[in-house]
Amino acid sequence: MTSLGKVLCGLALTTALVTAAAAQEKTLRIGMTAADIPRTLGQPDQGFEGNRFTGIPIYDGLTQWDLSKEKEPSGVIPGAATEWKADDADKTKWVFKLRPGVKFHDGSSLNADAIVWNVQKVLDKAAPHFDPSQVGVTASRMPTLRTARKIDDMTVELTTSEPDAFLPINLTNLFIASPAHWDAKLKAVPASVTDPAERSKQAWAAFAADPSGSGPFRVTRFVPRERLELAKFPEYWDEKRRPKIDKVVLLPLPEANARTAALLSGQVDWIEAPAPDAVPQIKSRGFVLYQNAQPHVWPWQLSFAEGSPWLDKRVRHAANLCVNRAELKELLGGMMAEATGTYEPGHPWHGNPKFQIKYDPAAAKKLMQEAGHSAAKPLKVKVQTSASGSGQMQPIPMNEYMQQALKECFFDVELDVIEWNTLFTNWRHGAKDQSARGANAINVTYAAMDPFFGMVRFTSTKTFPPVSNNWGYFGNDEFDKLIADARTAFEAKARDAALAKLHARIVEEAPFVWVAHDVGPRAMSTKVKGVVQPQSWFIDLATMSME
Amino acid sequence: MLSYLARRFVYTVPILIGVSLVCFGLVHIAPGDPLVSVLPPDASADLQKVMLAIYGFDRPYAEQFAKWIWRALNGDLGSSIATGRPVTDEVIKAVGNTLRLAVVATFIGFLLGSLFGFVAGYFRDTFVDKLASALSVLGVSVPHYWLGMVLVIIFAAQLGWLPPTGAGPGGSSDWEWDWAHIRHMVLPAITMSVIPMGIVARTVRALVADILNQEFIVGLRAKGLTDVGVLLHVIKNAAPTALAVMGLQLGYLLGGSILIETVFSWPGTGNLLNAAIFQRDLPLLQGTILVLALFFVFLNLAVDVLQTALDPRIQRA
Repeated sequence: MTSLGKVLCGLALTTALVTAAAAQEKTLRIGMTAADIPRTLGQPDQGFEGNRFTGIPIYDGLTQWDLSKEKEPSGVIPGAATEWKADDADKTKWVFKLRPGVKFHDGSSLNADAIVWNVQKVLDKAAPHFDPSQVGVTASRMPTLRTARKIDDMTVELTTSEPDAFLPINLTNLFIASPAHWDAKLKAVPASVTDPAERSKQAWAAFAADPSGSGPFRVTRFVPRERLELAKFPEYWDEKRRPKIDKVVLLPLPEANARTAALLSGQVDWIEAPAPDAVPQIKSRGFVLYQNAQPHVWPWQLSFAEGSPWLDKRVRHAANLCVNRAELKELLGGMMAEATGTYEPGHPWHGNPKFQIKYDPAAAKKLMQEAGHSAAKPLKVKVQTSASGSGQMQPIPMNEYMQQALKECFFDVELDVIEWNTLFTNWRHGAKDQSARGANAINVTYAAMDPFFGMVRFTSTKTFPPVSNNWGYFGNDEFDKLIADARTAFEAKARDAALAKLHARIVEEAPFVWVAHDVGPRAMSTKVKGVVQPQSWFIDLATMSME
Repeated sequence: MLSYLARRFVYTVPILIGVSLVCFGLVHIAPGDPLVSVLPPDASADLQKVMLAIYGFDRPYAEQFAKWIWRALNGDLGSSIATGRPVTDEVIKAVGNTLRLAVVATFIGFLLGSLFGFVAGYFRDTFVDKLASALSVLGVSVPHYWLGMVLVIIFAAQLGWLPPTGAGPGGSSDWEWDWAHIRHMVLPAITMSVIPMGIVARTVRALVADILNQEFIVGLRAKGLTDVGVLLHVIKNAAPTALAVMGLQLGYLLGGSILIETVFSWPGTGNLLNAAIFQRDLPLLQGTILVLALFFVFLNLAVDVLQTALDPRIQRA
């Protein structure tokens, strides 16, 4: 063979090998609903979509959600911590034992110092790495956490402001970033920047562009507002969650039709929340639609302020009995689950409420007549809602359906449609505030993954506006005691039992009209295998594979 | 000419001050919580107060405005609340992406619009005129986001010829003028070009029809000029106004069509504004609007100067 021939053969072989390697690389492309890449520096924004795509895949928490089952509600399981326990003598102190051998993507070790550092980043204003931009999304999700202290390299003590059995659940929201990697970014900040706060800010900005966590995927490329590329982290500690997919590309596609077109044209393999009208076409083109009830509630939250028409329990029960949720589900193309409370039967926090939420118009009418209302003398109610918004599903058609349905039971419903962010802000101001504009119910959907967000904030007298989201001023001594019982039940079963009791009483008192749970629809190519859609806001990319 | 330039430049100063005031005022008047992107609604009241203080939103408006405008004069538009990234970087990148799209769209629109306009004006009241006019009316009337969706359905979802979203296989950061990237631009550019096409066509048609009725055209013909020669004179007379219209259209498109950029997920200023509005990201919103307004002001200035160069009578006026 001549020299030229050898060179050509070599080139051909190299090309063939490179092509084969590229062909074997398994890439999953996902179209998110977010308008921007959720923050990558540890504490994501963009609600739970942020946790889903830039939290859980990149980082570990001390605790984490079990996303391996679709038939039962997701529970909290060990993450970077293997076990935890509240101190017997002082229930505000928790001891967490850390998992040995966990490494960050930069090679440094996840140890007690890293946990203390990550608590300080959001709670200790004096810490050099304190980051105000991460405070809001973190502190509000673990409202009682105060400090962290290293006991030894693999043991850490967390302190809460009051005894709080919900802490292990809340801690699923604290993602552990690498202090060593941040330090390296800080050192790279030009010496000309002398203000410590500015140096810290620049270090965090650099960290966000090139983050390091200890999750199953590491960030390889970040183009703000356009794409985030993740590669598998083969040294991930959990063998069962070591990724089989080589690369994940996340694209922000906020417009539902654009997402759908991207899927149909093969630009992505997976889209979140396809356009409902396009579902038949998506299915007919061979894509798979996954959905499962999420811990999400689409409700009317009722006002208990003086003069509210909802003060009469018969009226509240009647409204709950007058909604034909099955019909509404049909209207939404099957993309909802019927709500009979915040938690459904089978959930450990459901309990046994004496009042059963179902469609029973006869019973509803009877209750309304007992309360003094009739077709000739309907009860006027006003509901504030939005035309769109995160988690709001399809608020206008759904509320118009409610308006029509409740008319049968002698309700005269007036809808006050306002802009989503304004509605969200009003939610905090409460029913007595002028922002309510005379509304005696508000339609803001909520996440119910943990008991504080699912129940406590709506039923405690300590969470009346402006403290938290008890918009309707519902609450009394009985509920405060039920909450206190749950908060101080430190054994998991006892805590679940106390929460079930609380939930049962909430359903019986009906401070909401419960209507639907979102089902988190997502459409995927058949090339994506091993998909488990849990009863959760989240989904585990690490256990999936690509054909 | 120089004194005219200087005078026009001085006129822009009060406009710029007004623009910055309106921009700051409107953004702050809008309802909603400026910390909504970093603070969930369930955050405690204490935490809300702390965060307001950290971001400086607890200060009087006058103080906030003075700080913002002083930093802006020094080239610093602050940092995005939602992402922490410098607003200047975000806006510059988005303006670059929108500029690329807008220039191509304006070029297509101007070319087709001028062609339709000249043809319609030259062959006034004929079938050709009616057809060209119908196309230009369609361009002005059709909702462009709807047209975008239709094009996506046909050429991306059904035929699979062109990608429906994005600014290139690896994002806009690695943009190159090759087919792999240009194919991402085809659908949004065509959709966007429909607006200037219709407006330019209607303007040019009216201009050509008007010019053809003027006495100097009769004079030109009497001198024995050919149709092509006459047409060149018509073009020269119509050009300043057509250019002014094109300049304005480019200015509008530089604002980034929020709807078109959202439909195609094009990472331009429209998309940036959309995100900033929905996240109540005040620094990003203020910065983007300010930069776009400045662009518009200076673009108008450039068009005025160009017009003057083409037609010195404007300067005298």
